[in-house]
Amino acid sequence: MSKPRVATVWLDGCSGCHMSLVDLDERLLDIFGRADLVYGPLVDVKEFPEDVDVCLVEGSVSSEDDLERIFKVRERTKVLVAFGDCAVTSNVPGMRNPIGVQPLLECAYIENADINKGIPDRIIPRLLPTSQPINRFVDVDVFLPGCPPHADLIYTLLDDLLAGRTPEVAGARFGR
Amino acid sequence: MSTVHTLTIDGRDVAGNEGQTIMEVAEENGIDIPGLCHLPGLHDRGACRLCVVEIEGSPKLAAACVTQIAEGMHVTAHSEKLEDHRRAATEMIFLERNHVCSVCVANNHCELQDLADELRVTHFDLPRISPAVGIDASHRLFAIDHNRCILCLRCVRACDEIEGAHTWDVMHRGLETRVQTDMGIPWGESPTCTSCGKCVQVCPTGALFEKGRPVASGSKTKRPFLPWLRVHQEERGL
Repeated sequence: MSKPRVATVWLDGCSGCHMSLVDLDERLLDIFGRADLVYGPLVDVKEFPEDVDVCLVEGSVSSEDDLERIFKVRERTKVLVAFGDCAVTSNVPGMRNPIGVQPLLECAYIENADINKGIPDRIIPRLLPTSQPINRFVDVDVFLPGCPPHADLIYTLLDDLLAGRTPEVAGARFGR
Repeated sequence: MSTVHTLTIDGRDVAGNEGQTIMEVAEENGIDIPGLCHLPGLHDRGACRLCVVEIEGSPKLAAACVTQIAEGMHVTAHSEKLEDHRRAATEMIFLERNHVCSVCVANNHCELQDLADELRVTHFDLPRISPAVGIDASHRLFAIDHNRCILCLRCVRACDEIEGAHTWDVMHRGLETRVQTDMGIPWGESPTCTSCGKCVQVCPTGALFEKGRPVASGSKTKRPFLPWLRVHQEERGL
């Protein structure tokens, strides 16, 4: 039997949840001795693959690109984990929601810019009107709150999922 | 002499004086009922709906903090149904304003965050409202961030009932409801505020905070000073 296929995705977040994943340290050898890491910021694969068993999604859905990706991830993943507060609640990226996209971009790229004032209209994906947690768009199987979730919790979660158990991540909470 | 009533809470035989609330009797007997607007020493107002309990023979849930005990009452304070109600109330409190625990002055010193933890609220099914509400940092020592306010009105009650200043009150209605200082003028210009800081001390979240403290350094735990002040006031006939 082939090893379970694990992927990680980085949407609108600070990468702190991925840093916390890396904080598993030597336990990474245990986890990825039992599973294959098939996609993510830590892997040089361009296209999100088919038949992913477990996918950790960091970050909220903020842009058109994020939206396209989260649908693709859901379609190709058995167990989708909302990984950290941004994915779970929209957290810091969601702080822009009361402001609105246009005033936000003007503030960032015109009012507070010293050179090359102007809102970018190429290459960078267009922002959605609001930044939303991933469960506003797709079904989520497991929620792991935390900013970031502690490495011990990530280990417990992956250990449970790889062993086919329903994850029991006591101690996960907003903030911290 | 007041009349003593006997009743049960979660199957336990307890007793209290007539006029006492279910919440008070539960507290005296070490039975924990969650609550965000309730704070010993302040009059209760039944705002947050987290202390809802079931009373045998009544089809409705009752807020334990504003329901008086009665002889032979059978109260259920913990059940799956009540947990569901409390989780729903917690979720709606979170979504009504812009609570971002990770960057809040009260991170890990917040009664709302602790409650979510306790009730195992790990996410929200309802959409956020994301209202554009402001911060008033005009006071020399303190600030109010309406993004974190849950309208428990502990500040209003502490200011009125304990300090006697009544600087804080409430304006507007429904989703537009806000706490205000002196008919909506900036806090820093308030002629009635004594800068005592009691409002900041009783705030369960990071809505009211001391200026100049780094994120997460504040300690907002349940403080025992209010009942003490209340007894002290009464003894001196104030």
